[in-house]
Amino acid sequence: MRIKEHPVLEFKRGKMIKFNYNGRELTAYEGETVAAALHAAGIKTLRKSTEFQRHRGLFCAIGNCSSCMMEVNGVPNVKTCLTRVTEGMVVAEQRGKGDLGALY
Amino acid sequence: MVLYTDLLVVGGGPAGMAAVLQAADSGLSVILLERYDQLGGQLVKQTHRFFGSKDEQAGTRGNVIARAMEEELEQLDNVTVLLEATALGYYEDNILLVSAQHSLKKIKAERIIVATGAAEKMLTFPNNDLPGIYGAGAVQTLMNLDGVVPGRRVVMVGAGNIGLIVSYQLLQAGVEVVAVVEAARQIGGYLVHAAKISRTGVPIYTGQTIKRAYGNGEVEGVELWQLDHNWQGIPGSERSLAVDTICLAVGLRPLTDILVQAGCQMAYVPQLGGDVPLRDDNLKTSNHRFYVAGDAAGVEEATAAILEGELAGLSAILELGAKEGQSLEVKKRTVKKKLDKLRKGPVGEKIRAGLLKVRRDGNAGKDRYSHTG
Repeated sequence: MRIKEHPVLEFKRGKMIKFNYNGRELTAYEGETVAAALHAAGIKTLRKSTEFQRHRGLFCAIGNCSSCMMEVNGVPNVKTCLTRVTEGMVVAEQRGKGDLGALY
Repeated sequence: MVLYTDLLVVGGGPAGMAAVLQAADSGLSVILLERYDQLGGQLVKQTHRFFGSKDEQAGTRGNVIARAMEEELEQLDNVTVLLEATALGYYEDNILLVSAQHSLKKIKAERIIVATGAAEKMLTFPNNDLPGIYGAGAVQTLMNLDGVVPGRRVVMVGAGNIGLIVSYQLLQAGVEVVAVVEAARQIGGYLVHAAKISRTGVPIYTGQTIKRAYGNGEVEGVELWQLDHNWQGIPGSERSLAVDTICLAVGLRPLTDILVQAGCQMAYVPQLGGDVPLRDDNLKTSNHRFYVAGDAAGVEEATAAILEGELAGLSAILELGAKEGQSLEVKKRTVKKKLDKLRKGPVGEKIRAGLLKVRRDGNAGKDRYSHTG
């Protein structure tokens, strides 16, 4: 959920863009991170743990903990808390450790 | 291909930027690595005005300080800034492996300043990995930078200054704070912050902690319990709160992985947030190539990080034979004095106690930066 009114802060939001999440079209503001855009859409589960399939979400938001990694434009293990969302970006929940085969 | 440089600084937050700025007229080559796509570290999220003395930019907002440092940095043609660049590991033959915008680089530097900052601490309790559990820094980032709230009903764990301030910020953003929970018997943060929270009717429970979180795939609630005097949970004292968000404000720990890989002697110092490298009064570690500065040296705050960055930067470039050595020595003494002054008084007591444990120049017992003691 987005903050609509705030007593102190003003949010300078970029232009509205569209991106794809697990096959669904979502909107976001240009310049915000993928994790923030997903949170704004009410999506908190970003991936599942590789061994026990436990749900994982955003935790540190500074690129340190790896809890928010997803597949972005076909690249696995992307830290969505550091990655800015762009028009037409394809974001997907990752299965397992991710396959680098397609890239190298 | 290997990149060679005189000075490498890892981390583009307040400490790292301050270190690099010292090399302005040194004639030395400098590389600065930053993991994010912009410089400033956590300073860019600090929208409040700084406390303390005018010398250390009191009254200026953190994000403004960051911007000014960045502008100064952009003027330096001996400095290469690599953004979206993560230091992956330190290898034999003094090779630092770096992932920079998805390509691998090897960097060899004469001196390396590690200014990697700190990471949120975790608490151990069942289901602590559920989505809906955040570090306080993450909540601040989401709310204050992105304008997105983490949830509707929050329990805050930790009544230190960060827990209290973020609770207040949550209330400002229209989020219900169900309770603030603190394991210690007293509130750790300043009374002024606690009073602000209490006035709004949010209870602060001391002597309690999380027993477990629960929820099907995401947080739906939390079970709290009281602690006895040995910090053990008291069976039968449990109570449940329905919340969708748990915010952990239980402190930060220094990010020192590179220093450990470089074989620096480390010490566990609770007052500084965890494992930190031993260092001399110029912030040089036991590995002659490595310096440490900022939260990576011990969790403190941004003003101390800037001063430590300056000190490590000056020390490193003096060792590398910078041109204007004489004036740099003078500058270095001034920085040490400022650090001493900053850590004076009751507020600096914990830091001073911690710093006594990390000296490696045989002067244990004296204040670390003191020249008089």
